[in-house]
Amino acid sequence: MSGDGAPGRFGLTGREQAALALFFGAMALAPLVVGDFLLSVLLIVFYFAFVGQAWNLMMGVAGQLSLGHALYVGLGAYAAAALYVHFGVPPLVGMVPAMAIAAAAGASIGFLAFRFRIGGVYFALLTIAFAEFTRILFSHIGWLGATEGFFLPVENRSDMDFVNLRGSPEMFYYILLALTGLALALVRGLMGSRLGYYWLAIREDETAAEALGINIFRTKMIAVMISAAMTALAGLVMAFYYNNLFPGDVFGMHRSIEIILAPIVGGLGTLFGPIIGAFVLGILGEGLTIALEAAGIATAGVKQLVYAVFLFAIVRFMPGGLWPFLATRLGFVRGGRK
Amino acid sequence: MSAAPLLKVEGLRKTFKGLVAVDAVSFEVDEGSITAMIGPNGAGKTTTFNMIAGAMAPDSGEIALAGQSLAGLRADQVCHAGIGRTFQIVRPFPKLSVLDNVLIGGLRDGSSVATALRAARETLDLLGLGKSEDQPAGTLTLPERKRLEVARALACKPRLLLLDEVMAGLRPNETDELVATFRALNKDRGVTILLIEHVMRAVMALSDVVYVLNYGKMIAHGTPGEVVADPAVLECYLGEDTEI
Amino acid sequence: MTWDVVANIVIGGLLTGLVYALMALGLSVIFGVIRVVNFAHGEMTALAMYAAVLLFEGWRLDPLLSIPLVAGGLFALGYVIQRRLIEPFISRPEHEQFILLLSVAVILTNGMLIVFGPDARGVMTDYSFDSYEFGLIIVDKTKALAALGALTTALALLAFFRYARTGKAIRACADNLIGAKVVGLNVPRLYGLTFGLGAAAVGVAGCLLALVIDVMPQIGPELTLLAFIIVIVGGLGSMTGAVIGGVLIGMSEALAGLLITPSMKSMLSFALLIVVLALRPQGLFGKRAL
Repeated sequence: MSGDGAPGRFGLTGREQAALALFFGAMALAPLVVGDFLLSVLLIVFYFAFVGQAWNLMMGVAGQLSLGHALYVGLGAYAAAALYVHFGVPPLVGMVPAMAIAAAAGASIGFLAFRFRIGGVYFALLTIAFAEFTRILFSHIGWLGATEGFFLPVENRSDMDFVNLRGSPEMFYYILLALTGLALALVRGLMGSRLGYYWLAIREDETAAEALGINIFRTKMIAVMISAAMTALAGLVMAFYYNNLFPGDVFGMHRSIEIILAPIVGGLGTLFGPIIGAFVLGILGEGLTIALEAAGIATAGVKQLVYAVFLFAIVRFMPGGLWPFLATRLGFVRGGRK
Repeated sequence: MSAAPLLKVEGLRKTFKGLVAVDAVSFEVDEGSITAMIGPNGAGKTTTFNMIAGAMAPDSGEIALAGQSLAGLRADQVCHAGIGRTFQIVRPFPKLSVLDNVLIGGLRDGSSVATALRAARETLDLLGLGKSEDQPAGTLTLPERKRLEVARALACKPRLLLLDEVMAGLRPNETDELVATFRALNKDRGVTILLIEHVMRAVMALSDVVYVLNYGKMIAHGTPGEVVADPAVLECYLGEDTEI
Repeated sequence: MTWDVVANIVIGGLLTGLVYALMALGLSVIFGVIRVVNFAHGEMTALAMYAAVLLFEGWRLDPLLSIPLVAGGLFALGYVIQRRLIEPFISRPEHEQFILLLSVAVILTNGMLIVFGPDARGVMTDYSFDSYEFGLIIVDKTKALAALGALTTALALLAFFRYARTGKAIRACADNLIGAKVVGLNVPRLYGLTFGLGAAAVGVAGCLLALVIDVMPQIGPELTLLAFIIVIVGGLGSMTGAVIGGVLIGMSEALAGLLITPSMKSMLSFALLIVVLALRPQGLFGKRAL
């Protein structure tokens, strides 16, 4: 899990850097080549890659399985959307309070969990409870649309208004692509810092970490809050992309489960896991949709079923995820790395 | 060796569900000294350590480091106050490299990662672990892990180093090596050491002062020579009616 | 709002709560003994409900009569899950176990969605609209029968664990696993039995629930959460806790539905879960700390 002995030890090898550059370069050119449908698929893929990275931070660090991450997506989405629709606050500004609200929610959960030593399944249940509670709550807030939904005015879609997040799908695609890249850089940067080392220490052995002067509570809280804020940002982007929000859809547990798919399939605790996972699942999902359409089957739930089976298979047979497996095969590293 | 005690423990008491583990224990550790705490298993030595290190709260009593009370402090705060400790059952960060283990300790005082890295390499060399620096800590042998534990505790730049049975399981030559290392640390770097030990070879070779615990009570103290000849001490190890 | 309306609602909640309690009892047994987080618990219940519904639609079999069949089927399912799925995972990190069962849950839910469709299905027996009247108190016959069935099954389970040799052996595993192994108990087989029993309880609960409420695929996750809330509030490791917890949750949800809006009634349960986790994690009757 550690680097190769050089300063900037979580730095990427030359090979990895080249591969990344190639990848992002290709993805940046994608909108010029692919059609609308494929673009929308890629957009979702990068959403899950970004959110997966955020979730990975909490899991890999606080070591706690959050099954209620949709809470932060929803809070970010609704906060920014409400500020825009009701008060005319552009999302570029609104993202600050949106991320703050999510961070506060994360802090509350973190406070309860770490202060009262709630771990494992209880922590997971705690996160679910918070998300579900919020879902039902928002279903009854008329000012936010309740169950009828909250709608953003759909302006001229060909304008590229970055401040108000009004624009074409291409714009949203680039935003999510950039966010994914930034998340990668952020996590990589953090892991090479004091905070990152402290996170690793806590994950390895909390008691020993505390004896070395690490404030466990504060260090875990930081992870939780960063994770929540990042997730909220993703929610904000999607709110302005889809222009409608429904509590059951946004806060629902199925969304929380979706969020954990990519990082687990790709590789829990690894840097590239979420992106790999998001791509694999995206390809799987779309391939499946096409196959089903061709076969004339139009039942709901098949896609979810296949995802679940895939998740099951990964956890059963390749619990480290796809990235560690691929990395050794493709000659990137000798072992897993973060 | 100065006269002012670096660590002052007074009337320390801890009870576990009716069993008195530590009973009104008081002692001092002088700055720059090497002090040992010995006694049969279950005498309350590690419990005392845990209370000093902030891992456990005493029922009553006072603990002060250089005059500053450590009452109510968490383990990480105690570390910042100047105490480094090892664990009786070693707790390395198994998946992290040996170097990373020590580096993390070195970050305590706010050093940059680069500074802590350099310091970590030095500390590893001091404890003879230099060539293993990239190995995952979990793959080390037990004696190596013990040395890593010491190195890591040292990395936090403590004024007082608490060593909990670091010699256990070592062969005599390994013990002698470690004794020499500690002597050097104490003399050259001025690290005050308080150690729990069963290995009398090390206790005799290292300590300036020895405290003896039995059933949670302090039953004797003095120089190693005095303590070893003390009938009360012999009795607690060998039983009553023992002829020397 | 007169007292008799409130009383009727509370009693209704109590009765339904007993059935939920049985379902939660199954989880308490599984969770308490094997320490397995059965995220698929509610989905298994839904499966049992569908089985009861199908048997009713196909053969006019009253859910009460379906119980042996459904419970037996679910016992087998539980045993297989424990021995084929959980057992190989014992030494793996905890989160892998969750996610494994979580994926099973999603597979079950979507499987049911694909096979049965999203619409609600229920059981309409001859006595579905009958009720017993005690003055102003009106009790649905279906609820009364379901509650009675639940109570009986729960007591039978409790007696099994208290007096039967196998039951005691299972409790031994829960209390002191190493000791149990040392004494020569066949732990894997006992664990399999335990999961089977928990699943069988779910089977019974499913049949009883089918009498009282409609079944849809999405009821699975809801029931899973409900079961966990009951077990945690009632107290981990305590079977009586699960029963009492179920009754309490049943009543409080009913009351909440009355006093606030029905759609908000689950909020109370979630809030209760958060409070219990933070302030009294061992729940009302729990013996084991978290």
